[in-house]
Amino acid sequence: MVERNDSPNLPSTGPEIGKASELASDREGPRVVSRRWLLMKAGIALNGLVGIGLAIPIVRYLFAPVRPDNTYKSWVSLGPENDFPMGQTRMVTFKNPWVRAWDGPTDDIPCYVRRTGTSDFRVFAINCAHLGCPVRWFPQSQLFMCPCHGGVYYADGSRASGPPERGLFTYDYKVVRGQLQIDAGQMPTLSNTAKLVNIAAPNQDGDCPCRG
Amino acid sequence: MPRMKRSAKTVYDWLERRLQLEGPVKDAVLHPVPRNTASWWYVFGSAAFTLLMLQIVTGILLALVYEPSAAQAWNSLQVLNHQIPLGWYIRALHGWGSNFMVAIVFIHMTQVFLFGAYKYPRELTWIVGVFLLLMTLGMAFTGQVLRFDQDAYWGLGIGVFMVSRVPWLGGGLVHLLLGGPTIAGATLSRFFTLHVFVIPGLLLLFALVHVWMVLKLGINEWPMPGRVVRRATYVAEYNKLAHEDGIPFVPGAFWKDLVFSGAVIACVAVCAAVFGPYGPGGMPNPSIIQTTPKPDFAFLWIFSILAYLPPALETPVILIAPIVAIAALVTLPFIAGEGEKSWHRRPVAVLTVTTIAVAWGVFTHLGTFTPWSPHMDAWSADTLPAKYLHDATPLVREGAVVFQAKQCRNCHEVGGEGGMRGPALDDVATRMTPDQMRYKVVTGGGNMPAFGKNLSPPEIEALVAFLETLHPSNVPPAVDAAQQAIEKNGAPPPSGGSD
Repeated sequence: MVERNDSPNLPSTGPEIGKASELASDREGPRVVSRRWLLMKAGIALNGLVGIGLAIPIVRYLFAPVRPDNTYKSWVSLGPENDFPMGQTRMVTFKNPWVRAWDGPTDDIPCYVRRTGTSDFRVFAINCAHLGCPVRWFPQSQLFMCPCHGGVYYADGSRASGPPERGLFTYDYKVVRGQLQIDAGQMPTLSNTAKLVNIAAPNQDGDCPCRG
Repeated sequence: MPRMKRSAKTVYDWLERRLQLEGPVKDAVLHPVPRNTASWWYVFGSAAFTLLMLQIVTGILLALVYEPSAAQAWNSLQVLNHQIPLGWYIRALHGWGSNFMVAIVFIHMTQVFLFGAYKYPRELTWIVGVFLLLMTLGMAFTGQVLRFDQDAYWGLGIGVFMVSRVPWLGGGLVHLLLGGPTIAGATLSRFFTLHVFVIPGLLLLFALVHVWMVLKLGINEWPMPGRVVRRATYVAEYNKLAHEDGIPFVPGAFWKDLVFSGAVIACVAVCAAVFGPYGPGGMPNPSIIQTTPKPDFAFLWIFSILAYLPPALETPVILIAPIVAIAALVTLPFIAGEGEKSWHRRPVAVLTVTTIAVAWGVFTHLGTFTPWSPHMDAWSADTLPAKYLHDATPLVREGAVVFQAKQCRNCHEVGGEGGMRGPALDDVATRMTPDQMRYKVVTGGGNMPAFGKNLSPPEIEALVAFLETLHPSNVPPAVDAAQQAIEKNGAPPPSGGSD
């Protein structure tokens, strides 16, 4: 579009190599040339094959983190069940079962334990069901409040107000030799908690954590 | 001296015979551009490129010290801030450079849009520019993650929750994004790779392609009302304009680019010196939940929109709106590739820019003070104005205690302090009768949780008694109309009508 503004008095540039008109191939027969094209296609095919061969391990490596949730999860102890007084909600921190040596403080995952009966618990994830911010428990008003967009939940984890579409996420739990254990290791999100909700221990009052 | 000059010339010639760059560089430097494009409106692209260079240089300097591991990243930033001489300044340059780059890229895009520069034959330049914008925003987000603090941790959480909404693939995408099941060491490593290798590499490549096309296709001429772009004639018309009323790009137009770029870098340097580096905030320890996560300035508008979306619209908007927006930008030059370039003849374009700018401004402003968020410590930290308790009965005082202790204050302002999630209650008694207040407190509704289970009847009575006193002295409290009629006319007789 824009014309080259070559000035005629440019100093002569270096030796000009490979000008099309001087190519030796012009003096060769068509069979020689077509053989070269064939060899070039063979070269492309070889590189393509090698590329595919390399792509398989590379893609496998890249997708290594994509696994079924269950392979990431295992049972983690939250401490003796007697540490959790009846009718109260307490925040507990556990070490994430899926760790790397360089995780640092990110392995300390908090959750809320609410004891509703002698052996009945509800263990809520810290993450707001809206966008995952950490909800805070207010025992005075018996509410969980989220600092990000104002999601509020009742003590049983059900949605009270704000943008969340559902109640707090819950962890599956069991009591083994007096220790409260939860099935943890996976950040609860809307994509994986359907399982968490279904597996969750049946509630005495028939309360569903996804209510609301 | 002449000898030195001669030997310099010899070295130059030796290099030139091998590199052969003089021709192409002269072409680029001396190519004619239409005279009126040597304007201050045409300086933003080169400024964005200069800022990219600044980011690359300061980024490399930071990488000399930064430790991209979840365990040590935060500590290495503290070392940069406090122990390495002027480490804080390099961090500040990089942080402010990022702010300026996002701003300048947006301004450049707006200018290009309003000047119709995306029209034939510069469609691809625009499309490459759209990807440059997306990559710039990608750099801003991944950069925020590398400042591995509480905001970075929970900001990643927000990203994860958005991605998790993708149907079927959501779970796998979350694992890919995080490099595992949670935000941890693997997450920071992959965001480091994105921020330091993948996106900058592509960004630089795309930026060079972008500049190449500007050189090859010529800078967009100043749009004149009535000078219509037609595919058949545009190139000839442009060449005529560039040659008949043109000047060489250097120095005619380039000096303004140089001056503006220098001024922008000077502004970055001054901002960095005056305001210092960003954070890092609290340690990225998820068990420290006393935090109010917030994204960086460039993303505050998204944060605000997410607060206002009705629950049912969240997933569709989060998943569809970005695709629609990017598709609209990419297809724009094909939909409006010809026609008027001048903003005087393009009211829809001007209106679009104005609407987006106002909406962006409003949402960003709201994002700075987040009126939708409860104030987590208002109930224990904010004081009640003395006038509200002056001459108060014990019941009213008890109600004020309930009001504070039950965290009502976290969402409701009184005396200009408290949360803004719910309405301010300084004159609530003029709007609601005691019965209405009682009902609202017990059952909640709208955006308010129900407190029926968490307040005893005496607490509710005390709270309502306190709320009843909240009205200006010259405005009477609201009363029930039926109740008022009874008080005025006396109780109706048990049967039959009176008057």
